[in-house]
Amino acid sequence: MKKSKIAVQEIIEEFDLALLAGNPENRYITISDIKRPGIELAGFWEFFTPDRVQLLGMTEISFLKELDSVRLVKSIEKLLSYDLPCVIIARGLDVPDILIEEADRNGIPLLRTDISTTRFLSLLTNYLEESLAPTETVHGVLVDIYGVGVLITGKSGIGKSETAVQLVKRGHRLVADDLIIVKKIGERQLVGTAPEVSRHFLEIRGIGIINIRALFGAGAVIEKVDINMIAKLEYWNEEKSYERLGFDNLYGELMGIEIPQVIIPVKPGRDLAMVLEIAAMNYRMNLMGYNAARDFSRKVTELLRSSK
Amino acid sequence: MIEREITIKNKTGLHARPAAMFVEAADRFESEIELIFDGITVNAKSIIGVLSLGIGNGDKAILRISGSDEEEAMEKLVQLIENRFGEEGPGDDFI
Repeated sequence: MKKSKIAVQEIIEEFDLALLAGNPENRYITISDIKRPGIELAGFWEFFTPDRVQLLGMTEISFLKELDSVRLVKSIEKLLSYDLPCVIIARGLDVPDILIEEADRNGIPLLRTDISTTRFLSLLTNYLEESLAPTETVHGVLVDIYGVGVLITGKSGIGKSETAVQLVKRGHRLVADDLIIVKKIGERQLVGTAPEVSRHFLEIRGIGIINIRALFGAGAVIEKVDINMIAKLEYWNEEKSYERLGFDNLYGELMGIEIPQVIIPVKPGRDLAMVLEIAAMNYRMNLMGYNAARDFSRKVTELLRSSK
Repeated sequence: MIEREITIKNKTGLHARPAAMFVEAADRFESEIELIFDGITVNAKSIIGVLSLGIGNGDKAILRISGSDEEEAMEKLVQLIENRFGEEGPGDDFI
């Protein structure tokens, strides 16, 4: 699992920020938390977090304006003495001259947006969370079945790619074959995508490499999808017992997140695309609070009661 | 589980036909075989995965094999790489 960093220049372009002072070159943001350094400017620096983006809004700027010049200079000098990734002014507010001078002197980029402070804070947080999310590459095939992101795993040659083609032929969409980049966003969301180089490509044994988009059109592929469930394909093992009821949800683990998992035994002639379609629809029914096994069991129980 | 660092010596790198030969050879073994390059791990039995790595001439990668026939698989795959996938010496256009 690796964590990335994001260049301040990228933020400037993404949010169309004005560069008021300093130099954004070789400045990087490594964490998604954003700091509003109000209490620090008031003199309490004990828990200051200089590695975060510093965001100044109406509160901070108004406070600075209240200060006498000695304290103002002292506060600003102290703030910019840290190696900050950048300082952003929200609401298009006017900036005290000393802030511009200090930013220039220390080379720290001083940026400004016209968006309101709270709104910008949430926009930037979302952007940083996604950009800085840890990623991992996993083996398997990722498809979107009725809007459910299904990660198909299993041994080489078991038929993952062929199942994906069958699904595409039934109107579902391919995200990635074989190599999937999974991004963990926040604590609950996993987003899967294909590496740029192998996007839309898939291998069918006996035929070779095919391009799903070229063969089936733009509607047969999708760039990324949330991974909602894992379908593990296994060679049918007579000794092993497979799920017969579906009372309990089984879970698999991916990047520390539990995901519903179904284990699908593979036998020649079994229509795996159909089985996975059903698994996806069933997942959606479960989300809506319906469990067929429980429903069936309830009906049997009622029948038993009434016949007594 | 065994691991070995390999250096790709053939001119075209692990592309097209050499990649196909490599995948084909890996697929004959029961063991799980992974190829690691530039921090990315792929299934060595998958042509899409191996090609995606874009391993060129002179690049070093790690071969990680685990399973009942791991020793045999390592020997066979390393041999294939050492023999430059049957390519002639440098300068031969092999696509």
